[in-house]
Amino acid sequence: MTTTLTPVLTRNWDQPDSFTREGYERAGGYRALRKALAMDPDAIVQAVKDSGLRGRGGAGFPTGMKWGFLPPSSPNPRYLVVNADESEPGTCKDIPLMMANPHVLVEGVIISSYAIRSNHAFIYVRGEVLHVIRRLQQAVAEAYEAGYLGKDILGSGYDLELVVHTGAGAYICGEETALLDSLEGYRGQPRLKPPFPAVAGLYGGPTVINNVESISSVPSIVANGPDWFASMGTEKSKGFGIFSLSGHVTRPGQYEAPLGVTLRELLDMAGGIRAGHRLKFWTPGGSSTPIFTEEHLDVPLDFESVGAAGSMLGTRALQIFDETTCVVRAVLRWSEFYAHESCGKCTPCREGTYWYKQMLKRLEAGQGTEEDLETLLDLSDNILGRAFCALGDGATSPVTSSIKRFRDEYVQHFEQGGCPFDPAASTLWGGDGK
Amino acid sequence: MSYSVETRERLERDAKEIIARYPKPRSALLPLLHLVQSEDGYISQDGIEFCAEQLGITPAQVTGVATFYTMYKREPVGEYHVGVCTNTLCAVMGGDQIWEELSEHLGVGHDEATPDGKISLERLECNAACDFAPVMMVNWEFFDNMTPEKARQLVDDLRAGKQVAPTRGPNRLCTWKEASRVLAGFPDGRAHEGVQAGPESLRGLEVAKRNGWTAPPADQAPDGGADGSADGRGDGQAEPGSQEGRNK
Repeated sequence: MTTTLTPVLTRNWDQPDSFTREGYERAGGYRALRKALAMDPDAIVQAVKDSGLRGRGGAGFPTGMKWGFLPPSSPNPRYLVVNADESEPGTCKDIPLMMANPHVLVEGVIISSYAIRSNHAFIYVRGEVLHVIRRLQQAVAEAYEAGYLGKDILGSGYDLELVVHTGAGAYICGEETALLDSLEGYRGQPRLKPPFPAVAGLYGGPTVINNVESISSVPSIVANGPDWFASMGTEKSKGFGIFSLSGHVTRPGQYEAPLGVTLRELLDMAGGIRAGHRLKFWTPGGSSTPIFTEEHLDVPLDFESVGAAGSMLGTRALQIFDETTCVVRAVLRWSEFYAHESCGKCTPCREGTYWYKQMLKRLEAGQGTEEDLETLLDLSDNILGRAFCALGDGATSPVTSSIKRFRDEYVQHFEQGGCPFDPAASTLWGGDGK
Repeated sequence: MSYSVETRERLERDAKEIIARYPKPRSALLPLLHLVQSEDGYISQDGIEFCAEQLGITPAQVTGVATFYTMYKREPVGEYHVGVCTNTLCAVMGGDQIWEELSEHLGVGHDEATPDGKISLERLECNAACDFAPVMMVNWEFFDNMTPEKARQLVDDLRAGKQVAPTRGPNRLCTWKEASRVLAGFPDGRAHEGVQAGPESLRGLEVAKRNGWTAPPADQAPDGGADGSADGRGDGQAEPGSQEGRNK
C-alpha cells in the first residue's frame, strides 16, 4: 500500500489566476464562509476540535483546544493573529501558499475569527517576501470589496477588520509572544508565560495565534465536515499537510499528503535523491528538529512517530542532504543562524549560541579536539530546557543529534586537520562526476 | 537636516493612514519605519524623529526597535539590495560559492553598497524558498535556482540599467524605496503580475494529477482513521515512480 497525495490547499495552485477572488471562487472558495456564518460559533469550534486539526506551525498543539482556552468573557476585545512569519530554516510551505492561494487564508481568518468571536484579526507576515505581501494585500482588498470583510459580513451582522502587518526581519517573531510584542511595535522578544496569549495576548486581550496552514485548513473542515478531515492521517495526527522537500532531491517541491506519509514514499514521488548519490541526513521539520538518517526513511511522518524516533515533525520541512555534504559545516551554519537570530533576552541562548558558533568553526577547520565534543554536549545541556523560549531549545537539536549520529565525522575533521569534504561537490551544479 | 514642508506633509498623511489601521498607535511603528525607509532608503535620524513624533514616543525608543530588525538599514543601501541565502541548505546547494563570487565581482561585502550606489549585498538567512535553492533576493523579490553565472549576469544587468524580472514576482523589479513603500502597507497595484506559483511549488500537485490522486470526496468520507492507518492511502495504486515513468 502506498500513501497517495491529497491536494486540498494546493489543489488550485496550477490555475494562473488562483490568487484572485474570481479564481478562488471558481474552485469553490468562500462557500464555507457562507455555511459558517449560518452556524453557531461554538459549533465551528467544536467541528475544529472534532477534526483533530493540530497546529501546522511546528508545535502541533490541537487548534480547537487552543480556541477553547479563551475565557468566556473578558473586558478586552479578542484577537486572531495569523503567524505568517515563516522563517525556520527549511520551511517553505506558507510562502508559496500565500502567493498562490491567499484567499484560502483570508477565508480561514474570517471563519476562525467568527468562531472565536473576534472582530479584529491580523496577518503578521515576514517582510522579506514582497510579492507574497502584494498578494495578501490584494486578497484582503478583494474580500472587503465582496463584503466578506468589514461591517455586517454577508448580512450576518458580524463585523471583522483584517490587517496585513509586515514584519522587518527577525526569526524570533515566529515565536508567538515575540510576535505579539513586535505587532505592538516593540522589539520582538518573547514574553513570560503564563499568562498565555489566550488569556492575555495582544494589547492584553484574549488572543488566538495560529499558523497560516492551520487557519487555511479551517474552510475545508467547515465545508466537508470534521469526519472528512479526520479520515486522513493517523490516529492522533489527523488530516493533511504540506510536505516541503528541498536539497539533494531530483524534484524538490511541495507535496500535500496525509500525515503519516514516509520520506521513502515522498522521495519516490520526487524522483529520489539526485542521480548518482545517496541520502546522508535530513531534517523532518526544519533545522530545530534533530536530524535523521537513512534508517528513518520509513518513519511515518506524524507527530507521535517522529517523536518516538527521537525528533519532531515540526513544519514538515524535509531538507535532504546527500553524501557529499559535510555535517559539521551544516551544523555550523545552522548554529550561526541561531546566534544571529537569538533575541538576546536570556543568557543560555544568547551566550550558548555564541559559543556554539566559535567551537563549531574551530571544529570545522579541523582544529578541535574530542574534548570539544563533550563541551558542546555539556553546553547543549545548559541551553535545552533553560532558555526562555523554544529558539534556544531548537538551537541544540542540530548539535546534539549530529554528534550522536555522526561523531566519527567530527573526529575525522580534527584527525585530518581539516574538512574532508569538497563543498563544490554538493552544489546544484557540482553533483555530477566532480 | 530635516524633511521639507511638502515631504513632511505627505509623510504625515501616510502616517495617519497607517496609525488608523491599528487599535493602538504604537503598533504602527514597524510600518512607519518601512515608510521612512521608503523616503530615505534607510533609517535616517530624520526618519527616527518623525516616527517618534507621530507616535508620541522618544527617538531612543524608536531606535531601540529599528536596530532590532535586520530589514531596517542604518546606512544607505543600493538602489537594488541583493541578498544571497547562505543558510545551511542554500549554502550547501551553492549559495556559499555564489556569495563569494558575487562579493568579489562587486568588490563589496555584507551590507555594503557599490560606490555608484546601485547595488548592495547582504548574506541572508533562510527566505522560505528552500525548494528553489540556491535562492537570491533583490529588493525582497525571489530569484530562484541561481548559479554563480546567473548571479553575475543579474547584477551586471542591474548596474547597466536593464529591466530585470524576478522568477516569482512582478514583471520588473521595483527600487528599494518603492519596495519599502509596499512593506509599509501601500500596494503598488502589481499583485496580479507574475506567476501564481513556481514549478517546484506544483510538483506534488502534478504527481497527484498524473496518478488521479485526490483528497477523499466530502460525501464519501471513510468512517474515521481510528485504527491508526492513513485512510488517504489508496489500494492498488500504481507505484508513483512507475506511473511517472510511463507518462514521460
